[in-house]
Amino acid sequence: MSEIAKIDKELLGQVADLHSVPQGSFNIRKNGESVERNSTKEIQIVSKKDKSGIDIIVAEGVKNRSVHIPVIITVSGLSDLVYNDFYIGKNADVLIVAGCGIHNAGDAKSQHDGIHTFHLADGCKVRYIEKHLGIGSGKGEKILNPTTVIEMENGSNFEMETIQLGGVSYSDRKTTAVLMDDAKLVIKEKVLTDEKQTAKTLFNVTLKGKNSSVEVISRSVAKGKSKQKFISNIKGQNECFGHVECDGIILDNGVIESTPKIVAENINATLVHEAAIGKIAGDQIVKLQTLGLSEEEAQAEIIKGFLK
Amino acid sequence: MIELKNVSYSVFDKDTGKNKEILKNINVVFPKNKVTVITGHNGSGKSTMIKLLMGVLRATSGEILLDGKNLNEMSIDQRAKMGITVAFQNPVRFKGLTVRDLLNLASKSKNSVVDACEFLAKVGLCAKDYVDRELDDSLSGGELKRIELAIALAKGGDVMLFDEPEAGIDLWSFDALVGLFKELKNKTVIIVSHQRKLLESADYILLLDTKKDAILGRRKDILPLLDSPKCRKLGGQII
Repeated sequence: MSEIAKIDKELLGQVADLHSVPQGSFNIRKNGESVERNSTKEIQIVSKKDKSGIDIIVAEGVKNRSVHIPVIITVSGLSDLVYNDFYIGKNADVLIVAGCGIHNAGDAKSQHDGIHTFHLADGCKVRYIEKHLGIGSGKGEKILNPTTVIEMENGSNFEMETIQLGGVSYSDRKTTAVLMDDAKLVIKEKVLTDEKQTAKTLFNVTLKGKNSSVEVISRSVAKGKSKQKFISNIKGQNECFGHVECDGIILDNGVIESTPKIVAENINATLVHEAAIGKIAGDQIVKLQTLGLSEEEAQAEIIKGFLK
Repeated sequence: MIELKNVSYSVFDKDTGKNKEILKNINVVFPKNKVTVITGHNGSGKSTMIKLLMGVLRATSGEILLDGKNLNEMSIDQRAKMGITVAFQNPVRFKGLTVRDLLNLASKSKNSVVDACEFLAKVGLCAKDYVDRELDDSLSGGELKRIELAIALAKGGDVMLFDEPEAGIDLWSFDALVGLFKELKNKTVIIVSHQRKLLESADYILLLDTKKDAILGRRKDILPLLDSPKCRKLGGQII
């Protein structure tokens, strides 16, 4: 296997768990172009005509299907902007795996800005996983700015896992969601930064419908001289439930800033925000040391578990 | 054989501005491969002694020896590797780490549900309900306490330290707990407890009292001392 193919494989494996050609619908975007695609009757993938990107159309009632749309960048100095729209039919139930991996071996910055908009029809269910990764020994920055917009109709269900596990020089993650009656949104975010990296996160969620609910669970680790900024803004406009839990671990000279904002505009809105930032608790390290782990090994295990 | 030789431990007391002695000139040789229960009134230094043996705290003076080898300069993990194992009084919670993760780390191997079952069943828990649970706030104090014991059993070792293992464990499973310690033959078992049933199952009892010298003796010799009115007055009563 050539070195290039090896890098492609590593990136695809890490960001989308792809180790071979995926089953069902998929689109692989490499260095700003779609390089491989499979569109099915149940889940169509169509190129946009007016701008760069694709429309992913999931037919009504489609169950237990998956779509993989990973993006990889393997050249230095490339800036890629893509718009992907997802139209999820009524009562469909699908898994969508996105994510972006940058391998930058050069000194120029490589950047990917992915703007994903989800249009969820009544009663549909989506599990969405996006992983972000930067590798490569070059001095060039690896920048990832994912924007996610989620429009949720009555009774729809969206579970999002957004994971950034290192190597990304700068990321600005913006997620906006509007929920109608009985819609349920769960967001799990995991971010690890090191060296001089910066990661910003903003969640803007409006609970518009009756019995709508959102749960945001953010876990972050800032090592080295890295900086993280977390902002969540949950607005309750009806009888609804919102819960935000933000836990951060700082090591070395890492900095985490967490800004919670909860706005209740309805007497029956229940909104909760919990945030805790600190170093690893000493008694956790001691417990693992009593099992024979060194302090460094204990720290690594605690972080691995925390970000699992 | 684990022993404390002239061990003292003191902490700085902010209120008085003086050093407060928690343990004073303790000389104890824990009988090898026997169960010793440490008992004594609140503040007599029972948990401190467990932490000194494990290396979580360092003695102000004196020596701790394992089979004649001085442990004073040994770190917690070095002592763990030498076969000292502890189940703490207040188990630690971890966000993200599961019961299986801890059992794996403790036994240095990947535990299948079947393997994990062995350790969890010993503490009265059904493995499949617990192996993939996180050791976080979702577990009750009693569940966490049992898991702490299971982790200690999974690690194993020649010297097993248990700090108030019965706390939070419901009474109906108490006999099973007593049975568990009896099963640890060929190990030096040191348990901190106030529970009569545990004291009655011990081979030896170490009585700590801040106002007197520590007394180590066979169960039959120490138990009557604990029932004396004078001892009860000191707060060293057993339940």
